[in-house]
Amino acid sequence: MTLWHQVLDYLSVNGEDVRSAVLQHLYLALVPVVVAFVLSLPLGWAVVSYGWVRHPLLTLTSVVYTIPSLALLLLLPGLLGTSILDPFNVLVALTVYSLALLVRSTADGLAAIDASVVQAATAMGYRPLRRWFAVDLPLSLPVVLAGLRVAVVSNVSMVSIAALVGIGGLGQLFTRGFQLGFYMPPILIGLVLSVAIALVLDALVVIAQRFVTPWARVAAR
Amino acid sequence: MVIRFESTTKQYPDGTVAVDALDLTVPSGAITVFVGPSGCGKTTSLRMINRMIDPTSGRVLIDDVDVASERPARLRRRIGYVIQHAGLFPHRTVVDNVATVPVLSGTPRKEARTRAYELLERVGLTAAMGDRYPAQLSGGQQQRVGVARALAADPPVLLMDEPFSAVDPVVRHDLQAELLRLQGELGKTIVLVTHDIDEAIVLGDHVAVFAEGGRLAQFAPPEELLASPADAFVAGFVGRDRGYRGLSFATAADLPVEPVTAEGTVVEGLALVLDDGRPTGWRDPDGRLLPTEGTHTADDSLRVVADLALLSPAGAAIRVDAAGRAVGLVRQTTVADVVRQRQRSRLAVGAVGGSAG
Amino acid sequence: MSLDYLLDAAHWSGPDGFPHQILEHLRYTGLALLIAMVIALPLGVLIGHTGRGAGLAINLGNAGRALPTLGVLMLILAVTGVGLKPVIGALVVLAIPPLLTATYAGVSSVDRGVVDAARGVGLREPQIALGVEVPLALPVILGGVRSATLQVISTATIAAYVAQDGLGRYLFDGLAVRDYPRIVAGAVVLAVLAVVVDALLALLQRVVVSPGVRPRAGSRRRTALPQPER
Repeated sequence: MTLWHQVLDYLSVNGEDVRSAVLQHLYLALVPVVVAFVLSLPLGWAVVSYGWVRHPLLTLTSVVYTIPSLALLLLLPGLLGTSILDPFNVLVALTVYSLALLVRSTADGLAAIDASVVQAATAMGYRPLRRWFAVDLPLSLPVVLAGLRVAVVSNVSMVSIAALVGIGGLGQLFTRGFQLGFYMPPILIGLVLSVAIALVLDALVVIAQRFVTPWARVAAR
Repeated sequence: MVIRFESTTKQYPDGTVAVDALDLTVPSGAITVFVGPSGCGKTTSLRMINRMIDPTSGRVLIDDVDVASERPARLRRRIGYVIQHAGLFPHRTVVDNVATVPVLSGTPRKEARTRAYELLERVGLTAAMGDRYPAQLSGGQQQRVGVARALAADPPVLLMDEPFSAVDPVVRHDLQAELLRLQGELGKTIVLVTHDIDEAIVLGDHVAVFAEGGRLAQFAPPEELLASPADAFVAGFVGRDRGYRGLSFATAADLPVEPVTAEGTVVEGLALVLDDGRPTGWRDPDGRLLPTEGTHTADDSLRVVADLALLSPAGAAIRVDAAGRAVGLVRQTTVADVVRQRQRSRLAVGAVGGSAG
Repeated sequence: MSLDYLLDAAHWSGPDGFPHQILEHLRYTGLALLIAMVIALPLGVLIGHTGRGAGLAINLGNAGRALPTLGVLMLILAVTGVGLKPVIGALVVLAIPPLLTATYAGVSSVDRGVVDAARGVGLREPQIALGVEVPLALPVILGGVRSATLQVISTATIAAYVAQDGLGRYLFDGLAVRDYPRIVAGAVVLAVLAVVVDALLALLQRVVVSPGVRPRAGSRRRTALPQPER
């Protein structure tokens, strides 16, 4: 039987498992990105607005980012009081990583705004909060969304690690392959699906980016 | 709308005095230029008008109302503001940029846009440009949009901070002319900051010269500034060729003109060549045609005439009528005589005024 | 959270002790990084200098980020069989994208005016690449080395799931017998190791980079560089 037939065979027998693994994978990868994105906006703003926040917060995010994911995933149950098998640990771990990434890109994006534009907005009579949403936020979006792309893609590939502690997602196909004596089909299926999901989500962010920042493409010309 | 500075001082926490007890009344409906070297407090003074900066002591009043008593955002919507690189919102189309303040103040977006398209044409752009993004316009066009945006809410006061400094000289000249034309129609109270004394003299009805340390060195119409600088600082800032620049304020209309005769006019061995009355050049004895280097009308300034007389191969500036037909010549010697007489009478008046003061 | 296992002196010596496992861990990591750098750095400089293959460098960086390390490790082991060499091979494969992309990005973003000037004073192309572009790109290149190092330290842990020694042993052995203190001990040592190694590289970055090269705002621009999975 060729490898291709083995793969089809595996899918026909375990199709339901693969399907639920994909859904679980998407859930575990995307919820943290969304949560981190929402949190990163005020935090990024604080980094840019208050000098004293900048150093401690960016150092903290950078140290957190350095911790290997498996180590964090296994330390969280002790810190949160959850069980090792609780998917909540994965959500928290990935939120922390995404946040570390997005706070930095939001801060970079806000810092890169032309100061004269902000000044013009103030001089025209924008109040601070309205100005932030009407001017600062949209202008920071190209950099913020570039960070979001990295976070989405990294999360999708990182979720697989969860399988090592027995939590679902496509990583289970890898551990299954290992348990079956390095049986190729599940490993290959998991790998292809994981990369495909990452690329599709990345493309979706790119499309969203074009949609919300039409002016950025014009400026690049 | 009269803007009054009353011993307005701005001192920063590090002790730097940006503006030192400024007393100044900016007249209504005219262009007042704040000029001076960098760090002289001219921009700080401007920004105290719309409360981008608050003074440490003293007051700024608009029509006798202290600006400190007003909410900043509301105050600013009544004051147009134009800055160096236009500061346009890159993420909004040109027309939405222009409509910003009316929309902020509650005008329905559609109505604000309609008016914004009209304004674009008013500042010399086309309505079609309104649908582009700022990055798709040239620097000069962006600056025009900046002016349109500042005018959108029809504010009685317009503040301009180095509005034309970032564009090339040719475009700058166009923009300056455009501003003067607009001001002729609108009659706003305009305060304009520049470090360029030439720009100050071209644009200002009144010029305030600031010296280092935020001191007001002189406040006068440009002509007076050139003719009688208040002190050595102003004289130095105004520059060595202030005599020549002062000619900008004298008209060519009163100059004695030598008529051009039908049978031919010869000056210094050069014959003026006319085609249907319009000058085309000077012919030298060897039969070569030399260029005229330009003509002037009675509406031009003495500076233009002097310049043409210096450039002309015959040493004579050619006067033309509205149809472009040569009517006469003004020689270098004539210009020099007139300038000398003007200077004598002005200094005599100045001496009388000086002793009276 | 019990730190008993971590603080027990018995676990700090012998072939199963932390020092030995830390050294093992660093041995794989160092070896894999060395091989990856020998391959990726010259290639990155070449691509950055000539501009040929830029698309490859960029796409490889993006693809590297999308690859799940566990899957790559399993795939390589499934093809080659278990052993030290295949594991190192997998680590090398995962370390190459961040190194290559950072080197390319660093070299290609060197001010073209400076490169023109170097050509103008008569430097040959290799001299320009090694004497001008690489020193100027060093902050970015070292940023890539840091990313790759974290990546490899992290993945070397996972390798213990399959076979090797290293700090992953504590995690997987602990998981197998539900010994949480042992897991905590392994995770803490691993985290500290990663943070310390990264800090040392950050220090190196500061020492090695020419004082004339202004460190760009955050030489670890996470958003601009490819981010590996840990």
